[in-house]
Amino acid sequence: MAETKEKSHSDEKPKPRVRPIVRLGIFLVSHSFLVSVVCFTSGVLALFLLPVLAKNTYISENALMPGSASPMLSNHHVSDGNRLVKDLTNSNLKSSETGIESHKIIAKYMLDVGAEVSFHKFHPQMNQFHPLHFFSSPDSGKIQENCSCSSYGINTVGIIRAPRGDGKEAIVLVTPYNALTSSFGEVLSLGIAYSVFSLLTQVTWLAKDIIWLVVDSQFGEYAAVSAWLREYQTPKFSSHSTLNAEMCPDINYLFEIKVHSMAGSKFSNSFRRAGTMTAALVLKVRDQSEQFDDTVSIYAEASNGQMPNLDLINVVNYLAVHRQGLRVNVEKLWSLLNSGWLKSLGEIFESLATIAKSLNPKFKFGIPATEYVEGIATLASSLYYQALGVPTGPHGAFRDYQVDAITLEISPKFSLDKVWCSDILLRGGRLIEGVIRSVNNLLEKFHQSFFLYLLTSPSKFVSVGVYMIAFALLIAPLPMVAASLYVDANSSKGDSSFLFAITDTDEHGITIRSWRWLNSAKSVFIVHLWGAIVSLLPYFICQIPDCSPTTSFMIWVLLSILSLLILNLVLASPLACVKASQEKEWALVKSVTISSVFIGLGLMSVINFATAEIGALLMVPMCLLARPLKLDVRVGTLRSCCRIICNLVLGHIAFPPAAFFLFKGMLDGFGSANVGDFWMWVESLWAWNSATYLFIGMVQLPCWVLCVSILFHSC
Amino acid sequence: MALLRRPLLLLLIVTHQFLQLWIAFGSVNEEGQKQEEFYEELLLKPLPDRKVLTHFHFQSSAPPTSNGRHHHLFPKAISQLVQKFRVKEMELSFTQGRWNYESWGGFDSIPSSNAKPPGVELWAVFDVPQHLIDPLWKNLTHTLSGLFCASINFLESSTAYSAPEWSFPLASGSLRYGTLPREAVCTENITPWLKLLPCRDKAGISTLLDRPSIYRGFYHSQRLHLTSTGSGSEGMDLGIMLEQTLTVVLQPISQRASLVRDSEKHIQPSWSLSSIFGKQVSGKCVLAETSNVYLLLDRGLVAELKQLHKENEKSIENSLTSENFWTNPSFELSAKPDRIFIEECSLLSKNSSVLYKFEVEKYSEFEPFDLGITWKIPIVWLCQQAPLHASRFLTGSGNERGAIAISLKSTQTTEGFMGAHSNDERCELRVDVFQVVPWYVKVYFHSLQVFVDQQPKAVSDIIEKIHISPSKDKVSPGVMELVLKLPCSMSSTALTIEFDKGFLHIDEYPPDANQGFDIPSAIVSFPNFHASMVFLESDSLNKSPLLSKFQEWSHVMSYTEVLLVPLTTPDFSMPYNVITITCTVFALYFGSLLNALRRRVAEEERFLKDKSAKKTGQLPLLLSKLSAKLRGRRSEPPHSSPVSSSFINSKLVFKVILIAGLAVCWQYYFL
Repeated sequence: MAETKEKSHSDEKPKPRVRPIVRLGIFLVSHSFLVSVVCFTSGVLALFLLPVLAKNTYISENALMPGSASPMLSNHHVSDGNRLVKDLTNSNLKSSETGIESHKIIAKYMLDVGAEVSFHKFHPQMNQFHPLHFFSSPDSGKIQENCSCSSYGINTVGIIRAPRGDGKEAIVLVTPYNALTSSFGEVLSLGIAYSVFSLLTQVTWLAKDIIWLVVDSQFGEYAAVSAWLREYQTPKFSSHSTLNAEMCPDINYLFEIKVHSMAGSKFSNSFRRAGTMTAALVLKVRDQSEQFDDTVSIYAEASNGQMPNLDLINVVNYLAVHRQGLRVNVEKLWSLLNSGWLKSLGEIFESLATIAKSLNPKFKFGIPATEYVEGIATLASSLYYQALGVPTGPHGAFRDYQVDAITLEISPKFSLDKVWCSDILLRGGRLIEGVIRSVNNLLEKFHQSFFLYLLTSPSKFVSVGVYMIAFALLIAPLPMVAASLYVDANSSKGDSSFLFAITDTDEHGITIRSWRWLNSAKSVFIVHLWGAIVSLLPYFICQIPDCSPTTSFMIWVLLSILSLLILNLVLASPLACVKASQEKEWALVKSVTISSVFIGLGLMSVINFATAEIGALLMVPMCLLARPLKLDVRVGTLRSCCRIICNLVLGHIAFPPAAFFLFKGMLDGFGSANVGDFWMWVESLWAWNSATYLFIGMVQLPCWVLCVSILFHSC
Repeated sequence: MALLRRPLLLLLIVTHQFLQLWIAFGSVNEEGQKQEEFYEELLLKPLPDRKVLTHFHFQSSAPPTSNGRHHHLFPKAISQLVQKFRVKEMELSFTQGRWNYESWGGFDSIPSSNAKPPGVELWAVFDVPQHLIDPLWKNLTHTLSGLFCASINFLESSTAYSAPEWSFPLASGSLRYGTLPREAVCTENITPWLKLLPCRDKAGISTLLDRPSIYRGFYHSQRLHLTSTGSGSEGMDLGIMLEQTLTVVLQPISQRASLVRDSEKHIQPSWSLSSIFGKQVSGKCVLAETSNVYLLLDRGLVAELKQLHKENEKSIENSLTSENFWTNPSFELSAKPDRIFIEECSLLSKNSSVLYKFEVEKYSEFEPFDLGITWKIPIVWLCQQAPLHASRFLTGSGNERGAIAISLKSTQTTEGFMGAHSNDERCELRVDVFQVVPWYVKVYFHSLQVFVDQQPKAVSDIIEKIHISPSKDKVSPGVMELVLKLPCSMSSTALTIEFDKGFLHIDEYPPDANQGFDIPSAIVSFPNFHASMVFLESDSLNKSPLLSKFQEWSHVMSYTEVLLVPLTTPDFSMPYNVITITCTVFALYFGSLLNALRRRVAEEERFLKDKSAKKTGQLPLLLSKLSAKLRGRRSEPPHSSPVSSSFINSKLVFKVILIAGLAVCWQYYFL
C-alpha cells in the first residue's frame, strides 16, 4: 500500500525497487476483478472436471491380498445359514409379540459352532444437543436412572477366538436385526453372517478374533451399535442401571440358556471383549429390489465427512466384482443422471478428448459422456453426504473410535424365495469371507491408502491432492478482493475531497484513516457473535415441551431477529452515525466480511472438506458480487443491471433455509416442502454433532446477513 | 630279603595307590553316572471343549559334584550358561496362542505353571551382588538368543526388562523379568530346544513331536526351566536341574462330515496318539530313567463320570476302584494302564482326579505304544477355574490418551471355595497383580481407581501393598505391583489406570509401527490358593518328576491378554516430502524475518531521496547516453522506460509464459 500511495502522490519521483513477489501481489490485487473471475470459473470447471481426472482404485496395502485364496465357504455352511433363517422365520410366526425367542435362537446357534456368546443390554441414548461437545471424543454418556424394562435393547454378541492368534486385534461383523418386526431381508443377513461365522470357527488361518454383533435395531441401528461400542471402548465401572436391567423378567429369561446349554462356560452374561478393532463390516440385505443384477451397495460416509480407508472399499469392490460377480453400487444422486446439460458437458469433454487424442495418441484422458454423467452424480452424492456430516449407516459409530467400517447392503435380483436364498447366502457369504480373510491378513492397521477422497464410481476415486485444486481456486480470489477493496477504500478519490486536507497535513489523520477498518471489523464481529448465538438457540428451544417443528422454527427465526436487533442496539448504535457518514464504508465492511469468510472456509476445509466446497460454491460469488443496490441503480448500465439480478438471486439462494429448500426440491420435488423440515434437518445435524451445523450458524449465516446489509447499504 | 622286600613293598604301595586312585576315580564316575539323570514323561488330558492337552515333560539333572566340564547326559550349553552367568533359577518360554482359562481350566498346576503369555517370557534369578546383575542379564539374553534362534536379545535394552520387588516369590531384588509379546514361535525355536535332550527326537516320547501337528495346535508353549543348587561360590560346580516342558492343545480330527450332528454333537471326539500326532512311540529313550505316559481325567470329568455311573448302574456302589475304572461304559482305552492313581481328596473339593500310568518301556518297535481313547456316551464337564477370571482391556479412543482396565470376575468355583470360609465376615481374598508398562505408555499412577461390585472404593481400602517404579523415558519401563485384599463375597472388581500415549523418535519405531504397540501381559496370582494334586500311593511317585511337580505347593497364577495400543505414527513413506516442506517453510520464514529485521523504512526513503536528487542532476547526462545508445535502432523516448517498468515487466512475464507454453506444445506435439 505504501508503494501505491507513493505512486499516486509523487509520480515524478523514481519508484523504489520492489521485490518481485510483492510486485506480483500488487499486480494481482490491482487486477482483482479479472483474477477473481478467472479463478472462480476455473474453480467451478475444475470441480466439473473431477470425474475426468479420477483415477482407478488400486489395492495399496500389499498385505491385503484380496481373492488370492479360494473361498472355503461351502454348501454345508450355507445349509447352516439356511437352518437359522428357517428357525427364525418360524419363531416369528409363532411368537411375534416378543423378540426374546429369536435372540435365544441366535445365541444357541452361536454356541453350537463353539463361539463365546454374551448379551449386551442397553438403553438407547437419545441424541442430545451438547453445545460444547462438537469434535470432542465420545464419552461414556449419562445413563438415565429408572428406565422401564420395555425400553431396553438386547444385542447378541458372538466371539470366535483365533486359534493361534494372540487376541490383540479383532474384526467386527454387524448385522442389524429387529426381532419385533423382522423382515426377511434382515433374517437373510443373519443367515449370511451365520454361514460365515460357522466357517470361521473351523478355519486355521484366523489371526484376529471375530466378533459377530447382532444388533437390536428396534431403537435404530446406529443407536444400538454405538451403545455397544460405548460399552466396549468407554465402559462405566460404577453404575446402577445394569442392576435394573437384571430385574426385568424377560431379560432374565434369556439367561436360562446358560442352564440349558451344554457348553456352559462359553456363555456369560458379562460383557465380553476381544482386542483392538481393526475393521468393521455392517451387513444388510434389502427386501425388495429394483435392480437388474444382484448388487452390493457400499455406504462409507461417517460423521463429519470422515471416510474409511479406501483400501477397505477397494477390497470389497474387487471381491464383489471379480470373484462373486456382484454389481457394486455407491450412492448416486439419481436426479442428476437425466439432466441434459450434464450430458452435453460430458459430450464436450469427450469431444475435446477425442480431438486431443487425434493430435497426440498419448493423450488419454477422455471418458464417455454417460460415464461422465454417472461420475458427476456419484461425486455429487459423495460430496453431499460428506458435507452433511451425518453418517449414512451404523458404520458411522465405528469411525468415532477410529475404526474403519463400511455398510454393505446386498440387494438380490429377484424377490427372495427359497431358491434364490441359498444363492445369495453363498455369494454374500463368500464375499464377506473374502473381505474378512484379507483384513485378517493385515499386519498393521489400515494406513496405506487414502482417507481423504471422493468416489466417482466404485472403482474410481479423486484423491485430496486433486480435489483441493478446485477449492483452492474457488477461494483464491477472496484475499485479493479483500485487499483491493481495502486499498480502494483507503485511497479512493471520492472521499479525498474532504479528507485530503486533513490527512495530508498531519500524521494523526493518517492513523485514523488507516484504522478505519476496525469499525467495520467490529460490525462484522457483532454479526458473527450473533451467528454464534443463533446456533446456540436451538438448545433452548428444544427444551420447550410439545413443540411442533414448524413452531420451533418460527420461534427460532423470531428469536434470531430479536437478538440481532438487540445486539445492534447495544453494541453498534454509537458508531452508526460515523458509519453513515462515510461513503466507502460498505467497501470496508465487504473487505472484512470477505476475509472472515476466507478464514471460515479455510478452517472448514480442514474439518469437513465437502462442506467447505459446497459453502464456497454458494458464498464466494455472493461475497464477491455484493455491492449496494443504490449505487447500481444510480448507474443504470447493462453491467450494473446484471449485477443487481445476480445479487438478488444469490442473496436468496445463499440464505441457508432457502438453500436447503432448493436442494430438497431438486431432490424430491417441491410439493412436499414444509417449513418444519428445515428445523428437523437442523435438529438432525446437531444431533449427529455435525460440524456443518456450526459452519452454517457461524460462517454462512453471518456472511449472508452482512452481504444483504451491504446490498441495502444507504450510500 | 630286605632288598627283595623293599621293591615289593614299593610295588604294593604303588599298586595300592594306583588302585585307590582308580577306585576313587571309578567311584566318582559311578556316582556321576548315577546322579546325572534324565526322565521323559507325557501327560494327556481331555479338555471339555473337544480338545486334548498334551504336556511333554523332560527333566535332566546334573549333580553338584559332577566331573568337571564333562557331562554324560546333561546339555553342556546349559551348564556352561549357568556357570558363566551365575544363574540361580531361570525360566524361558516360547508361546503361541492363548491359554483359554475358561474352558481349559486355571486352577491345576498345569495351567498355573505352563500357561504363558504369547511370545517370549524370560525371567532369571542371579546369584551375584546387585550391581553385577544387569550386565549378566544382558549377556544372558544374548546367549539365549543365540541358543534358541530367537530375538531374545531385544530384552537386553533396559526399556524391555524390569526388576520386580516381590511379585515373584523367590525374588529378592536379584530377579529380572522381560517379555517379548510379538515374538513369533516356530520350528526354528523347537529344534534347539530338542537338541538339549539326550535322545533329541530320535527315540522315546519325543519322537511324537511331529512339527506340523504340534504347530497346528490351538496353544503351543515350550518352556525351559532351570534351577541350580549349591553355593556356587569359589568355582565349585553347581547342581543343575533342567526341566523342559512342551504344552500343546490339539484338536483331534473328528468326523465332522457326519450330518447327524445333533445327536453326536456332544460326544467327545475319540483320539489316539497316532491320530493327533501322526506317530507312535516305539520304545523309550534308552538314556532315560523312566519313560511314562499319563492320562489325566480331571476332577470335573471324574465327578461327571461317577454321576453317569450312578444313573446307569445303581448296583455299583464304588465305581472308583483301580480295576474297573478303565473298562468304563463311558469310554474305552486302547491300552491297559499299568497303574491307576487316585488323587487324595483335598480340602477344597470333594472330587478327585484320576491318573492312568502307562510305561513305555514295555513297548517296542514291533509293538508300538499308541494310547487311544474312545468315548461312548456324550459327556460334558467343566474344568476347575481360578478363583477369579482376570481380563484386561483398553478403554478410551484416539491417539492422545486412554486407560488400562483390569477386571476380575469371580468364577463359579470361587463360591465353592469360599463356602468354607464365608462364615466369618472378615474373609478376604488376596490377589497379587504384577504389571509392566513400556515407557511410551505413560501411566499416571495417581489415577488408579478401584471398583468393587461396580461401586467405587477408596484405593487404600482394597490395596494392601503397592510398589511402583515409574517409567523413565527411553530408560526403563514402569512397573506396578499390587497386593489386593478383596472381600470374598464380591462378584467383580475393576482396576483402571489412565495413561498418555507418548511419542517416539523416528528411529525407535519398530518395522511395522502401524500395527500398534504391545503392553505385555499382567500376572495375576492368588497366593491364598495353591495348585497341587497329591496322589495316593505316592511312595512310588517319587521317581516321577512330573508327578512330584504336581505335588508342589505353587500359587495359582494366570496371565491376562496382551494389549495393543495404537500410537501416533509418522508417515514413514514420505520423509523426503516432509524434509522439503519443512525446509521451504523454514526458508520462507527466516527469509522474510531477516528481511524485515534488516530493512529500516526511514533510511531507505532517505536513500531514495538522495538518489533522486542525484538523478535529477545526472539526468541530462544519462539521457544523452541513452539516446546515443538507442539512436541506432529505435527513436523511442527514453522517459518511458523507467516510468512504465512494471508494465514492461508484466508484458515480459506474459511473453515468457507464451513462449513457455509454445515450447510445451512443441514438446508434446512433435516429440
